[in-house]
Amino acid sequence: MADDNVKLSKNLLRMKFMQRGLDEETKKQLEEEEKRIISDEHWYLDLPELKTRENFIIEEKSFVPCEELKYGRFSFKGFNPEVERLMLLMNPEEEEEKEEEEPSRMQTDVTDEEMALRYESLVRSMKKKFSTKRQRAATEEEEEDDVNHNVVQTSKRVFLKPHD
Amino acid sequence: MLSTLKERTGEVLLPGDEFSFETDDSISLTGPVRPEKVVCGPGLRRSGDRLLVCKSGVLRHKQPHMFWMDSQQRRYVPAKGETIIGIVTVKSGDVFKVDFGGSEQASLSYLAFEGSTKRNRPNVQVGDLVFSQFLIANKDMEPELVCVDSSGRANGMGVFGGGGLVFTVSLGLVRRLLTPHSEVLADLQQLFPCELVVGMNGRLWVKSSSVQQTLVISNLLQSCDAMTAQQRRQLFRRVAQGAL
Repeated sequence: MADDNVKLSKNLLRMKFMQRGLDEETKKQLEEEEKRIISDEHWYLDLPELKTRENFIIEEKSFVPCEELKYGRFSFKGFNPEVERLMLLMNPEEEEEKEEEEPSRMQTDVTDEEMALRYESLVRSMKKKFSTKRQRAATEEEEEDDVNHNVVQTSKRVFLKPHD
Repeated sequence: MLSTLKERTGEVLLPGDEFSFETDDSISLTGPVRPEKVVCGPGLRRSGDRLLVCKSGVLRHKQPHMFWMDSQQRRYVPAKGETIIGIVTVKSGDVFKVDFGGSEQASLSYLAFEGSTKRNRPNVQVGDLVFSQFLIANKDMEPELVCVDSSGRANGMGVFGGGGLVFTVSLGLVRRLLTPHSEVLADLQQLFPCELVVGMNGRLWVKSSSVQQTLVISNLLQSCDAMTAQQRRQLFRRVAQGAL
């Protein structure tokens, strides 16, 4: 029986109903063979691999960017005011460079002293906000004292007995 | 290649001269290994790794890596983005044919004007002058013109020219007129109040307050192509004094 099995043709073994009875090895062999046939039959171009190299030369057909040519409409001595406006718009002159310099010397609306004063008062008001009621009262008193220059030592708070 | 290009800047070169990338490229250990990009302008052509000269003239260089040939010619070859003066020759359906002095007529769509829609067609007649720029300028294809910029605004383009005069000058003079701080234009500026439209295709359009003055300006511009700066200034001074 075993000898008969060997004599079966490959085409027969490849048929679907024969797949069940095949052992692992013959299955693998058949698959490989099939793959080889498929890859042999596929088309491919017998060319060296194309490599897209980076291009370091850029072509430019126009003179305009090379020579920095201006826009081609001109009007002189106010012949056509509309075109003169357009000339300014289309041909940005070197005046721009001057304009660019200006922002570095920006005007200061608020002087440093003013800023310091404002900041000082801000710090004080924020401090007040986070302090407790008692502390607040104390600091207020202190401040008032400072302002009026009449220092009155406030003793420790005690319960005051009502007078008779 | 960069070094040879820079060395030969200002020299007269002829078609067929070439610069190759490989020959003098030495990789420095300290500097960046990547070679820098070179922009080759009109008159230079890329062929693989080489740069070929295809117009006779003087090699010019602009920082950082821009090279082009400064040449004299009268035949205009369209280039993308250049503004030209064209004459409408045919009105057919939705495109106009425009003659701009090149080898072929350019097409100009009726939708390529400011504010034009399918309903609202621009009023363009055969024989009108248009100031427009090239949208497509390919050596194998019909060139295409538009009269709007990228944001759809006309910015001076479109139909123009009532009562002016069109004439043709060399392309070299046109470039001299358009360079920043042009001497010719500075001289012209001092003569009469006038309006001038310069097309990169060598056509100029002049309008002034009288026919006589327009003719004077057109003759001046046509003749000053082959003059030295001194001769030109002398001529302009004589015109300003009213001698001509």
